[in-house]
Amino acid sequence: MVRLGRLKNGSVDVEVPIIELTDIRKSFGPVEVLKGVNLKIYPGKVSALVGDNGAGKSTLIKGLAGVQPYDSGEVLIDGTHTDLTSPKVATANGIEVVYQDLSLCENLDIVQNMFLGREELRHGTIDGGRMEREASATLQSLSVKTVKSVRQKVSSLSGGQRQTVAIARSALKKARVVILDEPTAALGVAQTAQVLDLVRRLADQGVGVLIISHNLVDVFQVCDYVNVLYLGTMVASVPVAETSNSDVIGYITGAKTYQGVSQ
Amino acid sequence: MSAGPAAQPIGSGHEGSVREQLSAYLSRVRGGEMGALPAIGGFIVLSALFTALSPFFLTRLNIANLLTQSATLMMLSIALVFVILISEIDLSAGVTGGVGMAIFILLTNFAKVPWIPALLAALVFGLLVGAFIGFFVAKVGVPSFVVTLGLFLGFQGLQLVLLGSGGVFRVETPELIAIMNNNLPVWGGWVMLAVMIVISIATGFYDRYRRTASGVPNRPILLMWGKVAALAVGFGILVALLNQNRSVSVLPIQGVPIVVPIALVILWIGTQILDRTRFGLHLYAVGGSPEAARRAGINVAGIRIAAFMICSALGIVSGVLSASRVGAVEASSGRAIVLSAVAAAVVGGVSLFGGRGRLVHAAVGALVISVIDNGLGLLRLPAGISLLVTGGVLVLAATVDAVSRHRSGGNLTRT
Ligand SMILES: Nc1ncnc2c1ncn2[C@@H]1O[C@H](COP(=O)(O)OP(=O)(O)OP(=O)(O)O)[C@@H](O)[C@H]1O
Ligand SMILES: [Mg+2]
Repeated sequence: MVRLGRLKNGSVDVEVPIIELTDIRKSFGPVEVLKGVNLKIYPGKVSALVGDNGAGKSTLIKGLAGVQPYDSGEVLIDGTHTDLTSPKVATANGIEVVYQDLSLCENLDIVQNMFLGREELRHGTIDGGRMEREASATLQSLSVKTVKSVRQKVSSLSGGQRQTVAIARSALKKARVVILDEPTAALGVAQTAQVLDLVRRLADQGVGVLIISHNLVDVFQVCDYVNVLYLGTMVASVPVAETSNSDVIGYITGAKTYQGVSQ
Repeated sequence: MSAGPAAQPIGSGHEGSVREQLSAYLSRVRGGEMGALPAIGGFIVLSALFTALSPFFLTRLNIANLLTQSATLMMLSIALVFVILISEIDLSAGVTGGVGMAIFILLTNFAKVPWIPALLAALVFGLLVGAFIGFFVAKVGVPSFVVTLGLFLGFQGLQLVLLGSGGVFRVETPELIAIMNNNLPVWGGWVMLAVMIVISIATGFYDRYRRTASGVPNRPILLMWGKVAALAVGFGILVALLNQNRSVSVLPIQGVPIVVPIALVILWIGTQILDRTRFGLHLYAVGGSPEAARRAGINVAGIRIAAFMICSALGIVSGVLSASRVGAVEASSGRAIVLSAVAAAVVGGVSLFGGRGRLVHAAVGALVISVIDNGLGLLRLPAGISLLVTGGVLVLAATVDAVSRHRSGGNLTRT
């Protein structure tokens, strides 16, 4: 059931998704939070996941991150069936999640944060020089210009710079899929633009990006696809070029339905 | 990197001339990263003050006294840094040392066990205590304040059980007594100094070599030589002073007290662990944000347990130093010192909020607290005054900590 659609740049989507979720279900006790959700994430594309509070967005990505496995449904990664049973499995499959908060240690510097948990060692001790070089190469490949020194403490960075470091961290890990939970929620206009730019460049490197956002302006600015969750059901999955702001608001609130989605 | 003309190289803080490096350092200090500077300043001011007030303060005998007086406190505050870094506390570290020494004395004096296995038994006891605390804090989730307060009380009882109330037992191990009461030969002091200088030059060049091999810039080499020179001059003066006879009687007393190289070795190893190993970095990470550390795949509980184990083991070492100095083990050993040790760490610039501080900060802080004690003692002021002043200094230091935390942009939310 691959939908062919026109993307922002006019090319036709014929790509195979990196991740394909089919009929995902998740309940907490008697409450069914995900009621048979389908979702595709494509390499080199930014997909948005939108929906009202409580729609199940966080629950859906927690399953992808392996922190809260799904009850049932199929996860295909590169067309292969995979059970995302733990964060380790998710990481091993190249899935990285950038959480909105609490993902950096303020008392450590940028290099230490980017490599946290997977430091490069040499003779059993931390190879600071090598990590420093790789960290700045990664930041440069993402055209990050706002950071003066990679040895700056994170406590001295702005919110946008912190989000930048968190995203660059996933790029450094050679992630194939990066999931961002409301990356711009706490940011001002200029910093939001910076982070969205970064998201775009990350996708341009071939990474499949899934971005959760409540801000439709952001979504229409940076995303290729938009997926709308409504009360645990995926009510629309469309290329942004084929839809409009008011349509998406309609799907989010349940006022409109999208006939092109098969349930 | 050829990421287009717009991509400017991102610095690493190692670039620039000596002057630029120094001004960058000064601006970091102004930004709130003061480290041990306030404590060093306090140490100098207090020393000058006591020198002016008491002719005995700056004598060789008193300097040697000050070193041995502060050694126990220094060791305990170094121990506490490992748990304060992860924003925990160990109020029982002092009495753990006390119980450890009670075990040692019972083994050596009564069971006639040789001193080395007895000492190892005490250290193992310390590790077990640390693992116990760590388990309750990291796995069960009881606040460390409560667990260690409980042990603080319980171990005082255990000391009474082991040694009987009012029991004072002489240390009958000459090797143990020697640590605080005997000195290195004169040449030994100079060898110690030479080893320190060689190690600091060697590690300096090794670090530069590694950075060069990785293709990242080094700071101007002059800065490294400056640090080596400061170390050589500082410890050179100290060794020279201690190598002269400081006796007030006929029997000459000279040489660096044996405790000095022992403490320096522990300080050096601890610092290498914190600065260069993955474990050390993860300790800072857990102190900065346990949640971020967990998400990065760090075994947070394991790090916490290890920190408590190191703290308790070094608490035993502190107990050894205390027993060596006093020459005896009592039921009340290690009771009073722990709060001073917390104070020393904080005064030295270790943040109570966790994640910031170095072992050497605790050592400097312990010197400050000891100078206050020693100097006021020389002025024959009542002991109460010393406690009052120490308390005041602690509150001042904690205030500096909180304020500088604000200034360096850290928010106050805790997780
Ligand atoms: N651990 C849990 N136990 C019980 N119910 C849960 C649990 N986690 C989520 N829920 C419920 O599942 C529903 C979906 O929650 P979820 O956090 O996925 O929503 P969301 O789309 O991320 O919302 P928001 O936009 O507010 O972040 C909510 O009704 C929530 O109360
Ligand atoms: Mg959510």
